[in-house]
Amino acid sequence: MSVQSKPRVRVPATAKKDELIEIKTLISHEMESGQRKDSAGKPIPRKIINKFTAAFDGKVFFEADWHPAISVNPYQSFFYKAQKSGSFAFKWKDDDGTEYAAESKLAVS
Amino acid sequence: MPSPTQQSGEGLSRRHALCAAGAGALAMLMPRVVLADEAAVAEALKKLYGGKAMAEGRIKLDVPPIAENGLVVPIGVEVDSPMTEADHVKAVHVFADGNPLPGVVTYRFTPDCGKASATTRMRLAQSQNIVCVAEMSNGALFTAKAPVKVTIGGCGG
Amino acid sequence: MLHRRHFFQAATAAAAIAAAAGLGPLKRVAAQQRLTQKDILAFPSLGTVTLLHVCDIHAQLMPLYFREPEVNLGPGEAKGKPPHLTDAAFRDYYRIGRGTAEAYALTSEDFAALAKNYGRMGGLDRIATVVKSARAERGDERVLFLDSGDTWQGSWTSLKTQGQDMIDTMALLKPDAMVGHWEFTYGAERVEQAAKALPFAFLAQNVRDAEWNETVFPARKMFERGGVKIAVIGQAFPYTPVANPRWMIERWEFGIRDEELQKHVDAARAEGAQLVVVLSHNGFDVDRKMAGRVRGIDVLLTGHTHDALPDVVKVGSTLLVASGSHGKFVSRLDIDVAGGKVKDYRYRLIPVFADAIAPDAEVAAAVKKARAPFERELGREIARTESTLYRRGNFNGTFDDLICQAMLAERDAEVALSPGFRWGGSLLAGDPITFEALTNATAITYPNCYRTTMSGAQLKDILEDVADNIFNPDPYYQGGGDMVRIGGIGFAIDIARPMGSRISDMTVLKTGKPVDPARGYAVSGWASVGENVEGPPIWEVVEKHLARIKTVRIEPNTAVKVKGA
Repeated sequence: MSVQSKPRVRVPATAKKDELIEIKTLISHEMESGQRKDSAGKPIPRKIINKFTAAFDGKVFFEADWHPAISVNPYQSFFYKAQKSGSFAFKWKDDDGTEYAAESKLAVS
Repeated sequence: MPSPTQQSGEGLSRRHALCAAGAGALAMLMPRVVLADEAAVAEALKKLYGGKAMAEGRIKLDVPPIAENGLVVPIGVEVDSPMTEADHVKAVHVFADGNPLPGVVTYRFTPDCGKASATTRMRLAQSQNIVCVAEMSNGALFTAKAPVKVTIGGCGG
Repeated sequence: MLHRRHFFQAATAAAAIAAAAGLGPLKRVAAQQRLTQKDILAFPSLGTVTLLHVCDIHAQLMPLYFREPEVNLGPGEAKGKPPHLTDAAFRDYYRIGRGTAEAYALTSEDFAALAKNYGRMGGLDRIATVVKSARAERGDERVLFLDSGDTWQGSWTSLKTQGQDMIDTMALLKPDAMVGHWEFTYGAERVEQAAKALPFAFLAQNVRDAEWNETVFPARKMFERGGVKIAVIGQAFPYTPVANPRWMIERWEFGIRDEELQKHVDAARAEGAQLVVVLSHNGFDVDRKMAGRVRGIDVLLTGHTHDALPDVVKVGSTLLVASGSHGKFVSRLDIDVAGGKVKDYRYRLIPVFADAIAPDAEVAAAVKKARAPFERELGREIARTESTLYRRGNFNGTFDDLICQAMLAERDAEVALSPGFRWGGSLLAGDPITFEALTNATAITYPNCYRTTMSGAQLKDILEDVADNIFNPDPYYQGGGDMVRIGGIGFAIDIARPMGSRISDMTVLKTGKPVDPARGYAVSGWASVGENVEGPPIWEVVEKHLARIKTVRIEPNTAVKVKGA
């Protein structure tokens, strides 16, 4: 039984030009590794989020390919150098093709 | 279906044995799975970069010496780079040489990142080495390695 | 540094005379004449800042006996260096005479005889006298009083009140900050609530929430004392979720995080700190390594490994202070700060001899009040001991031998496993074993005494894992504590070998036969970090055993053969 995956992000809403900002993301997901067997000895099929991308105003600036070793409820933090006001778009891609998304606005002074 | 928090290789079972193993602990011993090794990591790297030479340095690999929980081990990577168009980190690959599959994560950075630094959390089946390779925009490769101990621990002072 | 090597000159001189004259240990009366509060507290002050430090009190409101270890081996580079010196080697290093008050307080040599001479140590009311006297002499505005933690756990009253007895009583001594380890075994909720309610800071740069990796407690606090801006950065025990039940603090991550500590040191300097103090529960060897990696720490107040050192240890320009355990000592470090640097310092490990230092009336009353609801059960005599009962030592202690014997007998087991805790008071031959004495060695929030089957191979795995936790030559891979105690089985250990190959010659003591890796053995143990462990609390198991045997006599334990030390 998988629960609906919910992404969460922590991004500053404002930054100064050229400021390095840290972006933290979390998504609830079972990250079934494909390495386990159920109580009947049958392999449990793999079901993970395999790709995370971060874009600013449509331009992808950071990507992560997650393998089955990534923990349940994957966490990802990374940096962005603020240049201008605009918006972030974050995407998580599930093995089953589902995409999860989150957005966040940044005002640069 | 088992709950997600019970996913494990050996880490969890050993952990539960502790210095004075719990009665319920042994039921959790998992069948031993085939684990990767250094050769598997070398193989994966060969696929990516052929036999190209790698230098040590520039990478700061931040992993705990002892994992608190084999299911959730923080892994931070930071590569020293100006992150300009002309000179930046393109990709970083992280491997674990003692897991069922060696791959952990691959990052792709751009100059917009400002800093080639990222942190996530991983599952480790046993004590093993974390191996990291960074590919720079000029094609140069750097590598770093750090051991993580997955332990049943001591008994506290 | 006139007094650095001596608690007080009078006693040392007297002891030297006694030793020279071949008089042996001082008689109690003579000792009493020498041990005066005035001598113990005498300290020629220096500079404008006084740091007072305690650690690892382990909820001991009352004075007690505590025998220091006779075996405390240092792996790798720590070999033969303080704190890995014991008895004669320790005395030689610090030039302490045999049979002196200092020797009694700091070593295990002649413990039984000297304990009768010099009496109990510690007691929160006596510690209060030491602290208040320093404040009175220096003025509150020059004194910073810091506690390296393991303060709320280790007694029946603290277990029953979830540490509230210690919290309330310590508050009267007005500490300025503390850090934690065993505190966390009351569970995340309790610690958060208690820490918030403290009238002083609970600091931890290295405790992070497991979701967003953000600090749960304040990492540091700036103080001003004697015109000096002092930053105190807190470091909780980094391996709490490994050494203790992680399920009690599931929402948190720990770790050493020395790079992040460096950022705090740098930030504190940028904010104008002229003195940077790290209040730590890392354990001494971890702190010694950390002091060599993190730049700009002036003073590192250590804790966790229960080491009492009569002098500071210097790593580069960082001063490391080790203040012992169980309330036996208060460290005083006077510092002359000039131009953002330590210009000079004077240190003394002040021994809290309970018979010589007058109890502080306010705190004595608070201790009495805290104990009142439990007085009857605490005083209940269960048995008597004909042997000294103590805990410290890398491989065994007589109190642990007793606990293992109780588990073997009462749980009908072939093998007993008891954790290598370093806390718990000592009893002298002839002493009653009260419920208080028993719970001083067993009062934890996960006390269940289980019975299970383990193969010989699993038992070896456990010994190997715990041995690496103590004897890994890299301190960052050590967790503190001593070797797991094992009853019913003997073994040999070569501490210098790598993990997985230290343990050999595992033998069933009863039959003299080698332990069979494939055979299952009936094992009883306690303090498992697993969740939902079943079995009676360990104090019930030991009490049942004691009530049956009435008199305890522990024969010398030769079950562990040590190599590579």
